[in-house]
Amino acid sequence: MEFQDPAFLSRILTLLTLSFHILYATIGVGVPLMIMIAQWVGIKKQDEHYILMARRWARGFVITVAVGVVTGTAIGLQLSLLWPNFMQLAGNVIALPLFMEVFAFFFEAIFLGIYLYTWDRFEDQRKHFLFLIPVALGAAASSVFITIVNAFMNQPQGFEILNGEMVNISPLLAMFSPAVPTKVAHVMATAFMTSAFVLASIAAVRMLRGSTHIYHKKALFLTMKLGLVFAIATALIGDFSGKYLAEYQPEKLAAAEWHFETEEEAGLILFGILDGEEAKYAIKIPYALSILAHSNPFTEVIGLNEFPEDERPPLWIHYLFDTMVMIGMWLAFFSFVYVVAVWRKWSFIRAKWFQWLLIAGGPLALIAIEAGWWFTEVGRQPWVLRGYMTVDQAATTSGQVDLMIILFAGLYLILGIGTAVVLTRMYKRNPVEKELAERENGKGGDKK
Amino acid sequence: MTLEIIGISVLWLFLFLYVIVASIDFGAGFFNAYSSFAGKQHILTGIIQRYLSPVWEVTNVFFVFFFVGVIGFFPQTAFYYGTTLLVPASIAIILLAIRGSYYAFATYGAKIDHRGYIFMYGLSGLLLPASLSPVLAMSEGGFIKLNDGQPYLDYWALFTSPLMWSIVVLSLTAVLYISAVFLTWYSSKAGDVKATDLMRKYALVWAAPAMVTATGIIYELRGHNPEHYARILDLWWVFAVSFLLFAGTVYLIWKKRHYGWAFILLVGQFFTAFFAYGASHYPYLLYPYLTIYDSFTNEAMAIALIIAFIAGLFLLLPSLYLLFRLFLFDKDYVEGKSDYHA
Repeated sequence: MEFQDPAFLSRILTLLTLSFHILYATIGVGVPLMIMIAQWVGIKKQDEHYILMARRWARGFVITVAVGVVTGTAIGLQLSLLWPNFMQLAGNVIALPLFMEVFAFFFEAIFLGIYLYTWDRFEDQRKHFLFLIPVALGAAASSVFITIVNAFMNQPQGFEILNGEMVNISPLLAMFSPAVPTKVAHVMATAFMTSAFVLASIAAVRMLRGSTHIYHKKALFLTMKLGLVFAIATALIGDFSGKYLAEYQPEKLAAAEWHFETEEEAGLILFGILDGEEAKYAIKIPYALSILAHSNPFTEVIGLNEFPEDERPPLWIHYLFDTMVMIGMWLAFFSFVYVVAVWRKWSFIRAKWFQWLLIAGGPLALIAIEAGWWFTEVGRQPWVLRGYMTVDQAATTSGQVDLMIILFAGLYLILGIGTAVVLTRMYKRNPVEKELAERENGKGGDKK
Repeated sequence: MTLEIIGISVLWLFLFLYVIVASIDFGAGFFNAYSSFAGKQHILTGIIQRYLSPVWEVTNVFFVFFFVGVIGFFPQTAFYYGTTLLVPASIAIILLAIRGSYYAFATYGAKIDHRGYIFMYGLSGLLLPASLSPVLAMSEGGFIKLNDGQPYLDYWALFTSPLMWSIVVLSLTAVLYISAVFLTWYSSKAGDVKATDLMRKYALVWAAPAMVTATGIIYELRGHNPEHYARILDLWWVFAVSFLLFAGTVYLIWKKRHYGWAFILLVGQFFTAFFAYGASHYPYLLYPYLTIYDSFTNEAMAIALIIAFIAGLFLLLPSLYLLFRLFLFDKDYVEGKSDYHA
């Protein structure tokens, strides 16, 4: 009777909203930095191409921001609509970062409006550039605050429960849960990485379609370099995240790794099929799990059997974990190869098959984002607030969640199609070559 | 002044600001659609787009601020309102989402000038206040009931309630009136005589219905919630001040004078009425289950939120000032002489 269980249905709707929102949110956090870097390079080098790059990215960015804003509003309200008991409890402890997030969002929204409508309004381009800084800061700050709330759900602190009542509440302590450093760093680095690869994909598509303009080459090289930097950062932070999990949420790491018995010299399992407690057809890397967990091949890693059965996360998160890690490694490796190849002037990067790999980078990064969030959310099950409240206890009792799932699925479909149509139409009607020619003739520029 | 009062006052103020800025936004969409279908095409489009484009996202934040703040200061509201508002709030989110994103699609992206789109945009501006305002009726009690300790919404009682419908009608007339007065001022600042005349006419048309429906609600409350009604009568003088401000606005618009002052008086009118209504609702957030006292968060959180709020204002007020200086009070921009869109 799962399909009449409001808790199950609420999970589905939350999953739907978050999976859709996270794509736009990731781009919303990452792209402002990319715009900033392009515009800065443009001003420094006095290179029109980079300035135009910033401008064109900014135009597309607004579309994604708009959808990010409205879906963010949706998840903000759905937290209370679908998980009223959770919000009632957690609101007492973790409302502060949620509240601060609104201010960050406010700040970003105001300056984004200003930035978009003041292109070429100032003599000194650096003045206009300044308006972008609060946009990037506000976007980054929103993601920090929201991730803090998520960290709290994974590793709650800052209160005590005495006779069923919350006492000794400390909002600041709650904000700095041990999960915060790795989680925040991971979210930020992957947002920058994903945005860089998405923008690189777009440039690669233009080149595959036969455009030979130097503009696309500049865009591709810049974004791939940035992608490499943030992919390496992501890998390092991912390693720290493993150590955090081993210390504070060992059941999540154990479930992700199909690690049942507590043992030393634990190996890492990639892919495979689970048969009882045995992983078949898997790639096993000896000692690697002990290294990931404690930086030492001989240390002990806690196994899943130490936990009561009803407190274990589902085992299929293993595949989510693997997907995320493999894509992350691949993108780091691939961007490294590309950057070296450009530097050494190797010609295979102009081959068609390589261009297709370049195009695949953006979508792959987005898949990794989805896999990562699914992993962390499903990996926390059965808890909504680890150790204190399960999702079943948190959910609404309303009988109309199923209908809402249909409505919201329709909404996300409309918004998804809308984004795709508008973005392609926008850039097709106004290709780089045309815009550059117009700017040189002095016709365009101020007017769109 | 207790922490509870500070909390609810801050939230009520932001809800008020949302009501004003969102009304301008919702009403503008409706007038744009109406005038375009009444053959007065494009008289308003330019004016409305110039105002809305840089600020629509900011409008949305006021709304988010309100509901996040409510959960922060009064977490128990999540239990009562969260469960019961699932359907109405979801519908409102969906409308807001489609309206907001398609506005962005049309304005920044594809320059859609399709009549179907203009019509839908205008219609959503009316559906939104109609879907949000019933919450005010619910807070009066009698619609949210308990079953086995779990709250549920009695839809039949709600949809057959004259109080609910009066509030819906008021929200519509108020949206159109507020928007018309603001746009009269904005278009006169832009020196657009045609648009000013048209908006002035709309403002005068919607003034009386807004006042009549507002009075109607007070009358409906007498039967529905006598306790609240009695407290409203205690505050009659504030409502009287509000009425005088209303008369002032109508007079200035009628005489075609000082449109800026007319709008300021209108804000004053709604401010006094909104706060008198809120004060008379005190201490209940939901009759008879929830007051601001028994739903309040702990002291540590309340103080933290207030500090964060004050710090946030230091960031926000200068930024809003800058936004308004660049777009609302910048003569060249308002008159449409300059367009620096990316």
